[in-house]
Amino acid sequence: MELLNIEGTPKTPTVILNPSTGVIEIKGRSIPENSIEFYRPVVEWLDEYIKNPQPNTVVNVQLEYFNTSSSKCVLDVFKKLEVLKKNKKDVIINWYYEEDDEDMLEAGEDYESIIKVPFKMIQIVD
Amino acid sequence: MSEFISKCYAKMHSGDVIVAYKGEINANIIADTLGLVEARLSHEMLENLVRKKLYNVMVECLQNLFHHIDKVSLSENEPKIGAFILSKTNDGYRIATGNLVRNDKKSNLLKEKIDKINSLSKEELKEFYKFVLNNQTFSEKGGGGLGLIDIARKTGNRLNYEFTPYNDEYSFFNLSVLISE
Repeated sequence: MELLNIEGTPKTPTVILNPSTGVIEIKGRSIPENSIEFYRPVVEWLDEYIKNPQPNTVVNVQLEYFNTSSSKCVLDVFKKLEVLKKNKKDVIINWYYEEDDEDMLEAGEDYESIIKVPFKMIQIVD
Repeated sequence: MSEFISKCYAKMHSGDVIVAYKGEINANIIADTLGLVEARLSHEMLENLVRKKLYNVMVECLQNLFHHIDKVSLSENEPKIGAFILSKTNDGYRIATGNLVRNDKKSNLLKEKIDKINSLSKEELKEFYKFVLNNQTFSEKGGGGLGLIDIARKTGNRLNYEFTPYNDEYSFFNLSVLISE
């Protein structure tokens, strides 16, 4: 499997999916009008990855902004990770939020209550 | 028609206008506006978190507008026409959007949805958001049905709206939200 590296733009995040380390990173802004197209390769990559994953998968999500169109796609990404958990693999989602950013923390907690994967809420302090 | 839209647009103004626009709405206009709003906000004396919230709500309002404008004729070449205004008022920042909608079942559903959102408590809104997030598929327009719920959650304020009838077929839909300071 190959590493997937999508460079960030003002509307879309940097995405790095590394099959040899099991580290998945989504970082930056995710505010495209229609995010299905943007997240399609990410979901497809995960479909392959979960067939032959690392024993430990670490997912780092650090979003500055994300719109509701992206929130559905992020949920789809997380649902793929539930499969890893079901197959007894270790997986953790690190959800980063800026100090005092209640909106971003709540968004993480919303996912945590829907997705059966351990979450860690991490506050970014300058 | 354009005189009618101009009248509705004039009524949307309040406070000190930061960004105002009336005309064709497309993906490029939205992207340019968000860039402009971000630049303008960097000059405003405001807390980082309010700035972030304001930008987030602006994204949602503009993308809602983009996805839901009804065109007057079905011709492919006709642009989608809409309006938006960001202004500073005594209580905070106000975002208003306006667009034509057909007087059909869809606009009744829109009314019902906003009334429902306005009737919910903070906790109920959270549950409603999570329900739609987890259970509803994308509409053909690419929206997830979450925009208005998200705006209400983030602002903590009512969604104000008005339908001004143009004729039997169309009305001007005006949505206005306040981001408190």
